[in-house]
Amino acid sequence: MTDDDARDLIRTVLGEVAPEADLDSVGPDETMQEALDLDSIDFLNFVTGLHERTGLEIPERDYPELSTVEGCVRYLTSSGG
Amino acid sequence: MPSLGADMEVGKVAKWLVGPGDVVRRGDVVAVVETEKSTIEVEIFETGVIEELLVPEGDEVPVGTALARVGASEATLARVPAPEPGPEPAPAPSTKHPPSEVVAPAVVSTRKGGPGGLVVSPVVRHLAERLGVDVHALDGSGAGGTITRADVESAGARLREGSHAPIDARRRVPERGGRPSPPPVRRAHPSQTGVRSSPLARRVASELGIEVDDIQGTGPRGAIVESDVRHAAHGKPSVAATSPGQSGEEEAPKQTGPAAATSGTVAGDARQVAMRRAIGALMARSKREIPHYYLSTDIDMSRAVAWLEQANVERPVTARLVVPVLLIKATALAVATVPEMNGFMVGDTFEPSTDVHVGVAVSLRTGGVIAPAIHHVDRLPVDELMVALRDLVTRARGGVLRSSEMSDPTITVTNLGDLGVDSVFGVIYPPQVALVGFGRVAERAWAADGMVGVRSCATATLSADHRVSDGHRGGRFLGTIDRLLQHPEEL
Repeated sequence: MTDDDARDLIRTVLGEVAPEADLDSVGPDETMQEALDLDSIDFLNFVTGLHERTGLEIPERDYPELSTVEGCVRYLTSSGG
Repeated sequence: MPSLGADMEVGKVAKWLVGPGDVVRRGDVVAVVETEKSTIEVEIFETGVIEELLVPEGDEVPVGTALARVGASEATLARVPAPEPGPEPAPAPSTKHPPSEVVAPAVVSTRKGGPGGLVVSPVVRHLAERLGVDVHALDGSGAGGTITRADVESAGARLREGSHAPIDARRRVPERGGRPSPPPVRRAHPSQTGVRSSPLARRVASELGIEVDDIQGTGPRGAIVESDVRHAAHGKPSVAATSPGQSGEEEAPKQTGPAAATSGTVAGDARQVAMRRAIGALMARSKREIPHYYLSTDIDMSRAVAWLEQANVERPVTARLVVPVLLIKATALAVATVPEMNGFMVGDTFEPSTDVHVGVAVSLRTGGVIAPAIHHVDRLPVDELMVALRDLVTRARGGVLRSSEMSDPTITVTNLGDLGVDSVFGVIYPPQVALVGFGRVAERAWAADGMVGVRSCATATLSADHRVSDGHRGGRFLGTIDRLLQHPEEL
Protein backbone atom coordinates (compact mmCIF):
# COMPACT_ATOMS: atom_id res chain seq x y z
CA MET A 1 0.00 0.00 0.00
CA THR A 2 1.36 3.41 -0.96
CA ASP A 3 1.02 6.53 1.15
CA ASP A 4 -1.67 7.80 -1.19
CA ASP A 5 -3.61 4.54 -0.99
CA ALA A 6 -3.45 4.75 2.76
CA ARG A 7 -4.68 8.35 2.77
CA ASP A 8 -7.58 7.46 0.49
CA LEU A 9 -8.49 4.54 2.71
CA ILE A 10 -8.39 6.69 5.84
CA ARG A 11 -10.60 9.29 4.17
CA THR A 12 -13.10 6.69 3.08
CA VAL A 13 -13.36 5.07 6.49
CA LEU A 14 -13.47 8.36 8.38
CA GLY A 15 -16.18 9.52 6.03
CA GLU A 16 -18.28 6.53 6.97
CA VAL A 17 -17.65 6.92 10.67
CA ALA A 18 -18.28 10.66 10.77
CA PRO A 19 -20.07 11.68 7.57
CA GLU A 20 -20.57 15.22 8.82
CA ALA A 21 -16.90 15.74 9.55
CA ASP A 22 -14.83 18.04 7.38
CA LEU A 23 -11.76 15.91 6.76
CA ASP A 24 -9.85 18.73 5.11
CA SER A 25 -9.86 20.59 8.40
CA VAL A 26 -7.66 17.96 10.04
CA GLY A 27 -3.95 18.67 9.94
CA PRO A 28 -1.69 15.68 9.22
CA ASP A 29 -0.32 15.62 12.77
CA GLU A 30 -3.46 16.71 14.56
CA THR A 31 -5.25 14.24 16.81
CA MET A 32 -8.22 13.02 14.80
CA GLN A 33 -10.37 12.27 17.83
CA GLU A 34 -10.18 15.88 18.91
CA ALA A 35 -10.27 17.49 15.49
CA LEU A 36 -13.25 15.45 14.33
CA ASP A 37 -14.94 15.07 17.69
CA LEU A 38 -14.77 11.28 17.65
CA ASP A 39 -15.83 9.39 20.74
CA SER A 40 -14.70 5.92 21.73
CA ILE A 41 -17.41 4.24 19.68
CA ASP A 42 -16.51 6.31 16.62
CA PHE A 43 -12.87 5.40 17.02
CA LEU A 44 -13.70 1.73 17.37
CA ASN A 45 -15.80 2.00 14.22
CA PHE A 46 -12.84 3.64 12.50
CA VAL A 47 -10.49 0.84 13.54
CA THR A 48 -13.10 -1.72 12.51
CA GLY A 49 -13.38 -0.05 9.11
CA LEU A 50 -9.60 -0.22 8.61
CA HIS A 51 -9.61 -3.83 9.73
CA GLU A 52 -12.37 -4.81 7.34
CA ARG A 53 -10.58 -3.32 4.36
CA THR A 54 -7.02 -4.39 5.15
CA GLY A 55 -7.43 -7.53 7.20
CA LEU A 56 -5.06 -6.10 9.82
CA GLU A 57 -5.92 -7.13 13.39
CA ILE A 58 -4.89 -3.71 14.82
CA PRO A 59 -4.53 -4.65 18.51
CA GLU A 60 -5.65 -2.09 21.05
CA ARG A 61 -2.07 -1.36 22.11
CA ASP A 62 -1.48 0.10 18.63
CA TYR A 63 -4.31 2.62 18.95
CA PRO A 64 -2.00 5.48 19.97
CA GLU A 65 -0.21 5.17 16.61
CA LEU A 66 -3.51 5.73 14.86
CA SER A 67 -4.40 9.00 16.50
CA THR A 68 -3.21 11.20 13.61
CA VAL A 69 -3.71 10.89 9.88
CA GLU A 70 0.05 10.63 9.29
CA GLY A 71 0.35 8.08 12.08
CA CYS A 72 -2.33 6.01 10.38
CA VAL A 73 -0.54 6.29 7.04
CA ARG A 74 2.72 5.07 8.59
CA TYR A 75 0.91 2.26 10.37
CA LEU A 76 -0.95 1.05 7.29
CA THR A 77 2.02 1.25 4.91
CA SER A 78 4.45 -0.44 7.30
CA SER A 79 2.02 -3.19 8.25
CA GLY A 80 1.69 -4.28 4.64
CA GLY A 81 -2.07 -3.91 4.87
CA MET B 1 -48.94 10.22 17.50
CA PRO B 2 -46.89 8.70 20.27
CA SER B 3 -44.79 10.81 22.58
CA LEU B 4 -41.28 10.00 21.43
CA GLY B 5 -39.50 11.71 24.26
CA ALA B 6 -40.77 14.13 26.86
CA ASP B 7 -39.72 17.12 24.80
CA MET B 8 -41.86 16.22 21.81
CA GLU B 9 -45.03 18.16 21.10
CA VAL B 10 -45.66 17.45 17.45
CA GLY B 11 -44.53 14.89 14.93
CA LYS B 12 -44.76 14.55 11.18
CA VAL B 13 -45.84 11.31 9.56
CA ALA B 14 -43.05 10.97 7.03
CA LYS B 15 -44.08 7.61 5.72
CA TRP B 16 -46.59 4.86 6.26
CA LEU B 17 -45.15 1.36 6.00
CA VAL B 18 -48.57 -0.26 6.16
CA GLY B 19 -51.93 0.43 4.57
CA PRO B 20 -55.58 -0.51 5.08
CA GLY B 21 -56.02 -4.25 5.10
CA ASP B 22 -52.51 -4.99 6.29
CA VAL B 23 -52.19 -7.30 9.22
CA VAL B 24 -49.92 -5.96 11.91
CA ARG B 25 -48.49 -7.56 14.96
CA ARG B 26 -47.59 -5.91 18.21
CA GLY B 27 -44.09 -4.48 17.82
CA ASP B 28 -44.19 -4.14 14.03
CA VAL B 29 -42.82 -0.91 12.66
CA VAL B 30 -45.78 0.69 10.93
CA ALA B 31 -44.73 4.27 10.24
CA VAL B 32 -41.80 6.62 10.13
CA VAL B 33 -42.24 9.83 12.09
CA GLU B 34 -40.02 12.88 12.01
CA THR B 35 -39.51 14.98 15.10
CA GLU B 36 -37.28 17.94 15.72
CA LYS B 37 -34.60 15.59 16.87
CA SER B 38 -34.74 12.50 14.80
CA THR B 39 -36.48 10.19 12.43
CA ILE B 40 -38.21 7.46 14.35
CA GLU B 41 -39.71 4.15 13.36
CA VAL B 42 -43.01 3.83 15.19
CA GLU B 43 -43.89 0.40 16.51
CA ILE B 44 -47.50 -0.58 16.91
CA PHE B 45 -48.76 -1.83 20.26
CA GLU B 46 -51.78 -3.68 18.92
CA THR B 47 -52.11 -6.83 16.89
CA GLY B 48 -54.83 -6.58 14.30
CA VAL B 49 -55.77 -5.29 10.90
CA ILE B 50 -55.21 -1.74 9.77
CA GLU B 51 -58.61 -0.35 8.87
CA GLU B 52 -57.84 3.24 8.13
CA LEU B 53 -54.92 5.61 8.16
CA LEU B 54 -56.18 8.78 9.81
CA VAL B 55 -53.18 11.02 9.19
CA PRO B 56 -51.76 11.26 5.67
CA GLU B 57 -48.06 11.26 4.95
CA GLY B 58 -46.54 14.69 5.29
CA ASP B 59 -48.99 15.90 7.93
CA GLU B 60 -47.72 17.20 11.23
CA VAL B 61 -49.95 16.50 14.20
CA PRO B 62 -49.77 17.00 17.98
CA VAL B 63 -48.78 14.18 20.30
CA GLY B 64 -51.89 12.19 21.19
CA THR B 65 -53.55 12.44 17.79
CA ALA B 66 -54.87 9.11 16.54
CA LEU B 67 -52.78 7.98 13.57
CA ALA B 68 -54.66 4.93 12.43
CA ARG B 69 -57.60 2.69 13.21
CA VAL B 70 -56.80 -0.91 14.00
CA GLY B 71 -59.42 -3.61 14.05
CA ALA B 72 -58.66 -6.63 16.16
CA SER B 73 -60.23 -9.90 15.24
CA GLU B 74 -59.02 -13.22 16.46
CA ALA B 75 -60.68 -14.89 13.51
CA THR B 76 -58.73 -12.68 11.16
CA LEU B 77 -55.51 -13.24 13.01
CA ALA B 78 -55.98 -16.96 13.04
CA ARG B 79 -55.82 -16.86 9.27
CA VAL B 80 -52.61 -14.93 9.27
CA PRO B 81 -49.78 -17.20 8.17
CA ALA B 82 -47.57 -16.12 11.00
CA PRO B 83 -44.03 -17.35 10.46
CA GLU B 84 -44.83 -19.47 7.39
CA PRO B 85 -45.18 -18.11 3.89
CA GLY B 86 -48.70 -18.34 2.67
CA PRO B 87 -51.34 -16.82 0.46
CA GLU B 88 -52.17 -13.16 0.51
CA PRO B 89 -54.69 -12.66 3.27
CA ALA B 90 -57.82 -10.95 2.09
CA PRO B 91 -58.06 -7.37 3.23
CA ALA B 92 -60.36 -8.24 6.02
CA PRO B 93 -63.17 -5.83 6.53
CA SER B 94 -63.60 -6.59 10.14
CA THR B 95 -65.12 -7.33 12.68
CA LYS B 96 -67.21 -7.79 15.69
CA HIS B 97 -64.71 -6.09 17.88
CA PRO B 98 -64.69 -2.34 17.98
CA PRO B 99 -61.60 -0.82 16.40
CA SER B 100 -59.10 0.84 18.62
CA GLU B 101 -57.17 3.91 17.78
CA VAL B 102 -53.44 4.03 17.89
CA VAL B 103 -52.25 6.83 20.06
CA ALA B 104 -49.28 5.43 21.91
CA PRO B 105 -46.17 3.50 21.02
CA ALA B 106 -45.53 -0.11 21.76
CA VAL B 107 -42.71 -1.36 23.86
CA VAL B 108 -42.35 -4.78 22.38
CA SER B 109 -39.95 -5.60 19.64
CA THR B 110 -40.93 -9.07 18.57
CA ARG B 111 -41.83 -9.12 14.94
CA LYS B 112 -43.00 -11.99 12.86
CA GLY B 113 -44.51 -12.53 9.47
CA GLY B 114 -45.47 -9.40 7.64
CA PRO B 115 -48.56 -8.51 5.74
CA GLY B 116 -49.13 -9.94 2.34
CA GLY B 117 -48.24 -13.47 3.30
CA LEU B 118 -44.61 -12.74 2.65
CA VAL B 119 -42.38 -13.45 5.59
CA VAL B 120 -40.51 -10.23 5.90
CA SER B 121 -40.33 -7.85 8.81
CA PRO B 122 -41.29 -4.22 8.27
CA VAL B 123 -37.73 -3.22 8.98
CA VAL B 124 -36.38 -5.47 6.26
CA ARG B 125 -39.17 -4.36 3.95
CA HIS B 126 -38.20 -0.75 4.59
CA LEU B 127 -34.56 -1.53 3.91
CA ALA B 128 -35.56 -3.23 0.69
CA GLU B 129 -37.43 -0.17 -0.45
CA ARG B 130 -34.47 2.03 0.28
CA LEU B 131 -32.15 -0.24 -1.65
CA GLY B 132 -34.61 -0.62 -4.50
CA VAL B 133 -34.95 -4.36 -3.97
CA ASP B 134 -38.22 -6.15 -4.50
CA VAL B 135 -38.72 -8.54 -1.61
CA HIS B 136 -41.26 -10.54 -3.59
CA ALA B 137 -38.51 -11.67 -5.92
CA LEU B 138 -36.24 -12.92 -3.16
CA ASP B 139 -35.82 -16.34 -1.68
CA GLY B 140 -35.63 -15.98 2.06
CA SER B 141 -32.69 -17.65 3.73
CA GLY B 142 -34.05 -17.31 7.24
CA ALA B 143 -36.11 -19.75 9.25
CA GLY B 144 -39.32 -20.70 7.49
CA GLY B 145 -38.27 -18.83 4.37
CA THR B 146 -38.04 -15.53 6.19
CA ILE B 147 -36.33 -12.85 4.17
CA THR B 148 -33.50 -11.49 6.22
CA ARG B 149 -31.64 -8.22 6.21
CA ALA B 150 -28.70 -10.07 4.67
CA ASP B 151 -30.87 -11.32 1.81
CA VAL B 152 -31.93 -7.80 1.01
CA GLU B 153 -28.45 -6.36 1.39
CA SER B 154 -26.90 -8.91 -0.93
CA ALA B 155 -29.67 -8.32 -3.48
CA GLY B 156 -29.00 -4.62 -3.14
CA ALA B 157 -25.30 -5.22 -3.77
CA ARG B 158 -26.07 -7.23 -6.90
CA LEU B 159 -28.34 -4.43 -8.01
CA ARG B 160 -25.56 -1.90 -7.62
CA GLU B 161 -23.17 -4.05 -9.55
CA GLY B 162 -25.65 -4.04 -12.40
CA SER B 163 -26.03 -7.79 -12.56
CA HIS B 164 -29.41 -9.31 -13.22
CA ALA B 165 -30.50 -9.68 -9.68
CA PRO B 166 -34.10 -10.49 -8.98
CA ILE B 167 -35.33 -6.96 -9.00
CA ASP B 168 -38.68 -5.58 -9.80
CA ALA B 169 -38.70 -1.85 -9.98
CA ARG B 170 -42.42 -1.60 -10.51
CA ARG B 171 -43.39 -2.11 -6.95
CA ARG B 172 -43.08 0.78 -4.57
CA VAL B 173 -39.49 1.43 -5.50
CA PRO B 174 -38.91 5.15 -5.72
CA GLU B 175 -36.89 5.85 -8.79
CA ARG B 176 -35.87 8.74 -10.85
CA GLY B 177 -34.50 8.56 -14.35
CA GLY B 178 -34.41 4.79 -14.20
CA ARG B 179 -31.63 4.76 -11.68
CA PRO B 180 -31.97 2.43 -8.77
CA SER B 181 -31.89 4.14 -5.42
CA PRO B 182 -28.40 4.39 -4.06
CA PRO B 183 -27.87 2.50 -0.85
CA PRO B 184 -28.35 4.56 2.26
CA VAL B 185 -25.05 4.20 4.03
CA ARG B 186 -22.72 4.43 1.09
CA ARG B 187 -21.08 7.82 1.12
CA ALA B 188 -19.15 7.91 -2.09
CA HIS B 189 -20.59 11.28 -2.98
CA PRO B 190 -19.12 13.57 -0.35
CA SER B 191 -15.63 12.10 -0.62
CA GLN B 192 -15.63 12.36 -4.36
CA THR B 193 -17.00 15.80 -4.74
CA GLY B 194 -16.23 17.45 -1.43
CA VAL B 195 -19.93 18.22 -1.05
CA ARG B 196 -21.13 17.67 2.47
CA SER B 197 -24.54 16.36 3.30
CA SER B 198 -26.34 15.40 6.46
CA PRO B 199 -27.05 11.72 7.12
CA LEU B 200 -30.76 12.45 7.06
CA ALA B 201 -30.42 14.20 3.72
CA ARG B 202 -28.60 11.22 2.25
CA ARG B 203 -31.14 8.81 3.59
CA VAL B 204 -34.02 10.83 2.22
CA ALA B 205 -32.18 11.18 -1.08
CA SER B 206 -31.78 7.44 -1.33
CA GLU B 207 -35.43 6.91 -0.46
CA LEU B 208 -36.46 9.35 -3.15
CA GLY B 209 -33.95 7.98 -5.63
CA ILE B 210 -32.04 11.22 -6.01
CA GLU B 211 -28.29 11.68 -6.30
CA VAL B 212 -27.12 14.13 -3.68
CA ASP B 213 -24.45 15.27 -6.11
CA ASP B 214 -27.14 16.86 -8.21
CA ILE B 215 -28.44 18.99 -5.39
CA GLN B 216 -27.52 22.52 -4.44
CA GLY B 217 -26.88 22.60 -0.71
CA THR B 218 -28.15 25.40 1.46
CA GLY B 219 -26.95 24.21 4.83
CA PRO B 220 -23.86 25.32 6.73
CA ARG B 221 -20.92 25.72 4.32
CA GLY B 222 -23.07 24.54 1.46
CA ALA B 223 -23.93 21.22 3.08
CA ILE B 224 -26.93 19.43 1.66
CA VAL B 225 -29.70 19.18 4.20
CA GLU B 226 -32.96 17.31 4.16
CA SER B 227 -35.02 20.20 2.82
CA ASP B 228 -32.70 20.56 -0.16
CA VAL B 229 -33.35 16.96 -1.05
CA ARG B 230 -37.08 17.31 -0.68
CA HIS B 231 -37.12 20.46 -2.76
CA ALA B 232 -35.02 18.78 -5.41
CA ALA B 233 -37.49 15.91 -5.39
CA HIS B 234 -40.31 18.32 -6.03
CA GLY B 235 -38.36 19.97 -8.81
CA LYS B 236 -38.43 23.16 -6.83
CA PRO B 237 -35.46 25.37 -6.11
CA SER B 238 -34.14 25.24 -2.60
CA VAL B 239 -35.47 27.69 -0.14
CA ALA B 240 -32.34 29.72 0.05
CA ALA B 241 -32.44 30.29 -3.67
CA THR B 242 -35.75 32.01 -3.29
CA SER B 243 -36.42 34.81 -0.88
CA PRO B 244 -36.17 34.15 2.81
CA GLY B 245 -39.53 33.78 4.44
CA GLN B 246 -40.86 31.76 1.58
CA SER B 247 -39.74 28.61 3.23
CA GLY B 248 -43.05 26.88 3.31
CA GLU B 249 -44.04 23.50 4.47
CA GLU B 250 -40.75 22.25 5.79
CA GLU B 251 -40.60 24.90 8.48
CA ALA B 252 -40.87 23.94 12.07
CA PRO B 253 -43.95 25.09 13.89
CA LYS B 254 -43.90 28.30 15.86
CA GLN B 255 -41.33 29.96 13.69
CA THR B 256 -41.00 33.12 15.71
CA GLY B 257 -38.36 35.08 17.51
CA PRO B 258 -34.68 35.23 16.69
CA ALA B 259 -34.79 32.10 14.61
CA ALA B 260 -37.32 33.52 12.19
CA ALA B 261 -35.39 36.74 12.05
CA THR B 262 -32.24 35.03 10.83
CA SER B 263 -32.18 35.81 7.18
CA GLY B 264 -31.54 32.91 4.90
CA THR B 265 -32.89 30.48 7.45
CA VAL B 266 -33.56 27.23 5.67
CA ALA B 267 -35.51 24.24 6.71
CA GLY B 268 -32.43 22.26 7.74
CA ASP B 269 -31.44 25.04 10.04
CA ALA B 270 -35.02 25.34 11.18
CA ARG B 271 -34.79 21.77 12.35
CA GLN B 272 -31.69 22.68 14.31
CA VAL B 273 -33.48 25.65 15.80
CA ALA B 274 -36.49 23.53 16.63
CA MET B 275 -34.28 20.93 18.26
CA ARG B 276 -32.51 23.57 20.31
CA ARG B 277 -35.87 24.91 21.38
CA ALA B 278 -37.18 21.44 22.27
CA ILE B 279 -34.11 20.69 24.38
CA GLY B 280 -34.38 24.10 26.00
CA ALA B 281 -38.05 23.62 26.83
CA LEU B 282 -37.50 20.20 28.35
CA MET B 283 -34.47 21.22 30.37
CA ALA B 284 -36.25 24.36 31.59
CA ARG B 285 -39.16 22.19 32.68
CA SER B 286 -36.74 19.86 34.44
CA LYS B 287 -35.07 22.70 36.32
CA ARG B 288 -38.42 24.27 37.15
CA GLU B 289 -40.13 21.12 38.41
CA ILE B 290 -37.40 18.82 39.68
CA PRO B 291 -35.58 19.71 42.88
CA HIS B 292 -32.20 18.37 41.80
CA TYR B 293 -29.46 17.39 44.16
CA TYR B 294 -25.98 16.55 42.98
CA LEU B 295 -23.32 14.18 44.25
CA SER B 296 -19.97 13.10 42.93
CA THR B 297 -17.44 10.44 43.70
CA ASP B 298 -14.06 9.48 42.28
CA ILE B 299 -13.83 5.88 41.17
CA ASP B 300 -10.66 3.86 40.81
CA MET B 301 -10.99 2.46 37.31
CA SER B 302 -7.69 0.53 37.16
CA ARG B 303 -9.30 -2.88 37.54
CA ALA B 304 -11.99 -2.11 34.99
CA VAL B 305 -9.48 -0.73 32.48
CA ALA B 306 -7.09 -3.65 32.98
CA TRP B 307 -9.91 -6.16 32.60
CA LEU B 308 -11.08 -4.43 29.44
CA GLU B 309 -7.60 -4.40 27.92
CA GLN B 310 -7.17 -8.06 28.68
CA ALA B 311 -10.59 -8.91 27.30
CA ASN B 312 -9.89 -6.98 24.12
CA VAL B 313 -6.57 -8.69 23.47
CA GLU B 314 -8.45 -11.90 22.86
CA ARG B 315 -11.12 -10.31 20.74
CA PRO B 316 -11.23 -9.52 17.06
CA VAL B 317 -11.61 -5.85 16.26
CA THR B 318 -15.30 -6.25 15.65
CA ALA B 319 -16.03 -7.63 19.12
CA ARG B 320 -13.99 -5.24 21.25
CA LEU B 321 -15.51 -3.46 24.19
CA VAL B 322 -15.29 0.18 25.22
CA VAL B 323 -15.28 1.64 28.72
CA PRO B 324 -18.77 3.16 28.51
CA VAL B 325 -20.25 -0.34 28.27
CA LEU B 326 -18.94 -1.14 31.75
CA LEU B 327 -20.18 2.19 33.11
CA ILE B 328 -23.66 1.70 31.67
CA LYS B 329 -23.87 -1.88 32.91
CA ALA B 330 -22.69 -0.97 36.42
CA THR B 331 -25.29 1.79 36.59
CA ALA B 332 -28.06 -0.57 35.51
CA LEU B 333 -27.08 -3.15 38.12
CA ALA B 334 -26.79 -0.57 40.90
CA VAL B 335 -30.47 0.24 40.44
CA ALA B 336 -31.31 -3.05 42.17
CA THR B 337 -29.75 -1.69 45.38
CA VAL B 338 -31.35 1.76 45.18
CA PRO B 339 -34.56 1.36 43.18
CA GLU B 340 -35.68 4.95 43.74
CA MET B 341 -33.28 6.04 41.00
CA ASN B 342 -35.11 4.07 38.34
CA GLY B 343 -38.59 4.96 37.14
CA PHE B 344 -40.89 7.89 36.47
CA MET B 345 -42.68 10.66 38.25
CA VAL B 346 -46.35 10.43 37.37
CA GLY B 347 -47.96 13.55 38.73
CA ASP B 348 -46.76 13.76 42.33
CA THR B 349 -46.11 10.06 42.64
CA PHE B 350 -42.95 8.15 41.91
CA GLU B 351 -43.51 4.91 40.07
CA PRO B 352 -40.44 2.73 40.26
CA SER B 353 -39.75 0.59 37.21
CA THR B 354 -38.92 -3.07 37.48
CA ASP B 355 -37.30 -2.91 34.06
CA VAL B 356 -34.05 -1.05 33.61
CA HIS B 357 -34.02 0.82 30.31
CA VAL B 358 -30.96 3.02 30.28
CA GLY B 359 -31.15 6.18 28.20
CA VAL B 360 -27.76 6.89 26.69
CA ALA B 361 -27.04 10.52 25.91
CA VAL B 362 -25.68 10.65 22.36
CA SER B 363 -24.36 13.93 21.06
CA LEU B 364 -25.24 14.62 17.45
CA ARG B 365 -22.33 15.96 15.49
CA THR B 366 -24.52 18.57 13.88
CA GLY B 367 -25.50 19.85 17.32
CA GLY B 368 -27.97 18.69 19.90
CA VAL B 369 -28.25 15.63 22.06
CA ILE B 370 -30.63 12.71 22.15
CA ALA B 371 -30.96 10.02 24.81
CA PRO B 372 -32.66 6.89 23.48
CA ALA B 373 -32.89 3.77 25.61
CA ILE B 374 -31.21 0.42 25.54
CA HIS B 375 -33.74 -2.00 26.97
CA HIS B 376 -33.20 -4.36 29.91
CA VAL B 377 -29.57 -3.40 30.34
CA ASP B 378 -29.43 -5.16 33.70
CA ARG B 379 -30.01 -8.47 31.90
CA LEU B 380 -27.71 -7.94 28.92
CA PRO B 381 -24.26 -9.55 28.94
CA VAL B 382 -21.58 -6.95 28.21
CA ASP B 383 -21.02 -8.31 24.71
CA GLU B 384 -24.65 -7.86 23.79
CA LEU B 385 -24.69 -4.47 25.47
CA MET B 386 -21.72 -3.46 23.34
CA VAL B 387 -23.53 -4.46 20.17
CA ALA B 388 -26.65 -2.63 21.32
CA LEU B 389 -24.69 0.50 22.23
CA ARG B 390 -22.85 0.60 18.95
CA ASP B 391 -26.07 0.12 17.05
CA LEU B 392 -27.90 2.75 19.07
CA VAL B 393 -25.20 5.39 18.67
CA THR B 394 -24.99 4.73 14.95
CA ARG B 395 -28.72 4.94 14.46
CA ALA B 396 -29.10 8.00 16.70
CA ARG B 397 -26.57 9.84 14.55
CA GLY B 398 -27.84 8.36 11.31
CA GLY B 399 -31.31 9.48 12.21
CA VAL B 400 -33.38 6.34 12.61
CA LEU B 401 -34.59 5.33 16.04
CA ARG B 402 -37.52 3.28 17.31
CA SER B 403 -40.48 4.70 19.13
CA SER B 404 -39.96 2.41 22.12
CA GLU B 405 -36.38 3.59 22.45
CA MET B 406 -37.53 7.18 22.63
CA SER B 407 -40.39 6.79 25.02
CA ASP B 408 -39.31 4.62 27.87
CA PRO B 409 -35.83 5.18 29.33
CA THR B 410 -36.06 4.75 33.11
CA ILE B 411 -32.71 6.36 33.97
CA THR B 412 -30.11 8.14 31.84
CA VAL B 413 -26.34 7.85 31.61
CA THR B 414 -24.24 10.59 30.08
CA ASN B 415 -20.62 10.04 29.36
CA LEU B 416 -18.79 13.18 28.39
CA GLY B 417 -15.47 11.62 29.27
CA ASP B 418 -14.59 11.20 25.63
CA LEU B 419 -14.55 14.96 25.31
CA GLY B 420 -11.98 15.20 28.04
CA VAL B 421 -13.98 16.75 30.85
CA ASP B 422 -13.47 15.47 34.36
CA SER B 423 -17.06 15.53 35.47
CA VAL B 424 -20.55 16.31 34.24
CA PHE B 425 -23.49 17.38 36.40
CA GLY B 426 -26.44 16.64 34.17
CA VAL B 427 -30.02 17.82 34.03
CA ILE B 428 -32.56 15.07 34.66
CA TYR B 429 -34.81 14.13 31.74
CA PRO B 430 -38.40 14.34 33.00
CA PRO B 431 -40.27 12.22 33.90
CA GLN B 432 -37.16 10.29 34.94
CA VAL B 433 -35.71 10.92 38.38
CA ALA B 434 -31.97 10.38 38.03
CA LEU B 435 -29.09 10.92 35.67
CA VAL B 436 -25.63 9.46 36.11
CA GLY B 437 -22.65 11.21 34.54
CA PHE B 438 -19.16 9.91 33.92
CA GLY B 439 -16.13 12.02 33.13
CA ARG B 440 -13.01 10.86 31.39
CA VAL B 441 -10.92 7.97 32.55
CA ALA B 442 -7.47 9.41 33.23
CA GLU B 443 -4.43 8.66 35.32
CA ARG B 444 -4.42 10.51 38.61
CA ALA B 445 -2.51 10.43 41.87
CA TRP B 446 -4.48 8.10 44.12
CA ALA B 447 -3.89 7.42 47.78
CA ALA B 448 -4.63 3.88 48.92
CA ASP B 449 -3.25 1.63 51.65
CA GLY B 450 -1.03 4.41 52.97
CA MET B 451 0.61 4.92 49.60
CA VAL B 452 0.20 7.43 46.82
CA GLY B 453 0.22 5.79 43.44
CA VAL B 454 -0.92 6.44 39.88
CA ARG B 455 -4.27 4.94 38.96
CA SER B 456 -6.80 5.24 36.18
CA CYS B 457 -9.69 7.13 37.68
CA ALA B 458 -13.02 8.59 36.68
CA THR B 459 -15.45 10.90 38.41
CA ALA B 460 -19.00 9.64 38.60
CA THR B 461 -21.77 12.10 39.34
CA LEU B 462 -25.42 11.74 40.17
CA SER B 463 -28.20 14.23 39.55
CA ALA B 464 -31.27 12.98 41.35
CA ASP B 465 -34.78 14.09 42.26
CA HIS B 466 -35.24 15.20 45.88
CA ARG B 467 -38.94 14.38 45.70
CA VAL B 468 -37.95 10.74 45.44
CA SER B 469 -34.65 10.31 47.24
CA ASP B 470 -32.13 12.02 49.47
CA GLY B 471 -28.40 12.45 49.31
CA HIS B 472 -27.85 9.51 51.59
CA ARG B 473 -29.52 7.12 49.17
CA GLY B 474 -27.89 8.84 46.24
CA GLY B 475 -24.53 8.29 47.88
CA ARG B 476 -25.33 4.64 48.34
CA PHE B 477 -26.19 4.44 44.64
CA LEU B 478 -22.87 5.94 43.52
CA GLY B 479 -21.05 3.76 46.05
CA THR B 480 -22.70 0.69 44.55
CA ILE B 481 -21.62 1.70 41.05
CA ASP B 482 -18.08 2.09 42.38
CA ARG B 483 -18.15 -1.32 44.03
CA LEU B 484 -19.49 -2.99 40.89
CA LEU B 485 -16.74 -1.46 38.77
CA GLN B 486 -14.15 -3.05 41.04
CA HIS B 487 -15.34 -6.44 39.79
CA PRO B 488 -15.62 -5.87 36.05
CA GLU B 489 -15.57 -9.59 35.32
CA GLU B 490 -18.94 -9.90 37.05
CA LEU B 491 -20.63 -7.17 35.05
